[in-house]
Amino acid sequence: MNENQKSKIKNQKLRTQNSEHTTQNPKVKTPFQIALSRLKKHKIALFGFWVLVILYLSAILADFIAPYSFDNEQREDAYHPPTKIHWGKVNKRFCFYIYKYEQKFDEFYRRIYFEDKSKIYPIKFFYKGESHKLLGIFRTNRHLFGVDEPARIYLFGADSRGRDLFSRILYGSRVSLSIGLIGVSISFLLGMFFGGIAGYFGGKIDNLIMRLCEIIMMVPGFYLMLTLRATFPPNLSSVQVYFLIVTILSFIGWAGLARVIRGMALPLREKEFVLSARASGVSHIKIIYRHILPNLFSYTIVAITLSIPGYILGESALSLIGLGIQDPYASWGNLLSDAMAINEIQNHPWIIIPGFFIFITVSAFNLLGDGLRDAFDPHRTQMGHR
Amino acid sequence: MKTYIIRRLLISIPLLLAISFITFLFIQLAPGDYFDTLKLNPQISPDTIKLYETKYHLDKPWIIQYLYWLKNLLRFDLGYSFTQMNPVTKVIKSRLLNTLLLSISSLLFTWFVAIPLGIFCAVRQHRFWDKLFSGFSFIGLSIPSFFLAILLLYLASITGILPVGGMRSPNFEELSFFLKIIDILKHLIIPTLVVSLGAIASLQRITRGNVLEVLRQRYILTARAKGLPEKRILYVHTLKNALNPLITIFGYHLSDILSGAALTEIICNWPGLGSIMLTAVRSQDIYLVMGTMLMGGIMLILGNLIADILLAKLDPRIRYE
Repeated sequence: MNENQKSKIKNQKLRTQNSEHTTQNPKVKTPFQIALSRLKKHKIALFGFWVLVILYLSAILADFIAPYSFDNEQREDAYHPPTKIHWGKVNKRFCFYIYKYEQKFDEFYRRIYFEDKSKIYPIKFFYKGESHKLLGIFRTNRHLFGVDEPARIYLFGADSRGRDLFSRILYGSRVSLSIGLIGVSISFLLGMFFGGIAGYFGGKIDNLIMRLCEIIMMVPGFYLMLTLRATFPPNLSSVQVYFLIVTILSFIGWAGLARVIRGMALPLREKEFVLSARASGVSHIKIIYRHILPNLFSYTIVAITLSIPGYILGESALSLIGLGIQDPYASWGNLLSDAMAINEIQNHPWIIIPGFFIFITVSAFNLLGDGLRDAFDPHRTQMGHR
Repeated sequence: MKTYIIRRLLISIPLLLAISFITFLFIQLAPGDYFDTLKLNPQISPDTIKLYETKYHLDKPWIIQYLYWLKNLLRFDLGYSFTQMNPVTKVIKSRLLNTLLLSISSLLFTWFVAIPLGIFCAVRQHRFWDKLFSGFSFIGLSIPSFFLAILLLYLASITGILPVGGMRSPNFEELSFFLKIIDILKHLIIPTLVVSLGAIASLQRITRGNVLEVLRQRYILTARAKGLPEKRILYVHTLKNALNPLITIFGYHLSDILSGAALTEIICNWPGLGSIMLTAVRSQDIYLVMGTMLMGGIMLILGNLIADILLAKLDPRIRYE
């Protein structure tokens, strides 16, 4: 009997097992499947989802997509404007090409950039450039695109030290996007653990945990964030700062969540299925994570999606005011801090581009979160039946 | 009611104590202190530093320092700010007023815009204006406040209509009293817009949802059936019931507004508690950090208390006895 046949038999067995449960109604779907099929019809939420997929993929593949590394600086190209891309015939083949930019100084000693039309530099795809480790495994020197030296391509212009903003945004997205996911995971583990315990046990434990949450929630979050940041020396390495920010944000974030989870777990503990589990001698911890928390699953998914922007914004805000990720490393907030000098924006408007990336990411999470909330909302089905 | 307020205030005391204790603990955990930088300054003799240290009991263990701080707190003495060279109470007082000005103007702006807008949209559910404002409120919810601040300041700088950051014009002292107020109000516009936009967006959504929910109730059907004019149904029967839950949200919003105000202050150079907190945190000015944290906590607790009292006044079902 080969593998194929084996799996066929296994499938058949599964099917008969399933049909035993669903003989009355062969098309029964789990609540999760219902929500998923609803979500698939929610065009706007799907749009948000795909935007996020693209953003996260490009963060993972940052060193392949970015033409230069995040700290590749060309001091003489300070505030190089975004390179104009032309389309036309080069050597009998149609392709995109650019010109190298030359510079001169005006009467205020400001750099003026202009295209040097004497030589054409075609944009080459899968260009051999700086070597990097793709996905941290494969060493390669291929980049998605690039141009021959001495020309350089600046899709979004360059910053004050002549570093390619497009590349830096891509590298920065790794920090900004991952902090949201990691921060939210830690807060949720903490929030579900403490909220679940408080709601399930009630009484003194509940009281203690809730007072602790109140202390955290009784201070405006931003003040707490600043104080917590001050607890650690200012000159940490960027990896340390990264984990510090994650810790700070999750420390602030779990309290609100624990309160809500506790509020939802409290009525559940009197429910028959919990009582029967308790009567049959299931341990407390197992009841919490097998019977109580799964009941809050749909709420949790929605809340996770809607609270990720908070973490991204928290990191950006800290980096923006100089307490987060430090130069030369990039994060969206840290990149935007160049635009804090408002007068600079007028001369080099492209330095606000990182802000749009934050905005797009937050919008995408909000769109997806709204869609998920609609999809998981049990009231909707009731209304549909009416 | 009085006993309820007194009880709430009494409960908030241990809460504030806990906040101050934890803050103190965190600052003490931080390596180094403000005197490390002073010691490097050749203009300040070691004796002066010694004098300061003994005067503020900084040579004692931290728990003793905390107790001294608490003792002084009873006399409304929050200690001395080493960076501002002034008592903390004095530094915080002017800053607190500025933050309150910004927060209260944002709160008022939020409520005066969001609630009418929410009702307006609810009445026109799924029609053009509703969809337009839903789109706006989505953008308002998603745009980061600091980014909005930068954009607005940039707009102000190119158009020149509004001042770019700060709270007073350079020639403030020369202005007459009336012009002084106008000057501050002008500076207030951008920070207020920045702080309130997100809050307006979410409050507008909630108001709209609540009004729609109430309009579905049976008593509204009854009101319609007995031929009440639509205006009366909306403004008398619906509104009061739809707005009650919003007051509970008020307390929740307050925390966001205070946090948002702090960040906005830093970006817009508004001399409030948030921006002084940043300086204090950067230079490890412990008593100033403690003072601002305490003020933040007090503002939030008082705000929540006010929300609860308002709720009891407006909703006859709620009684605090």
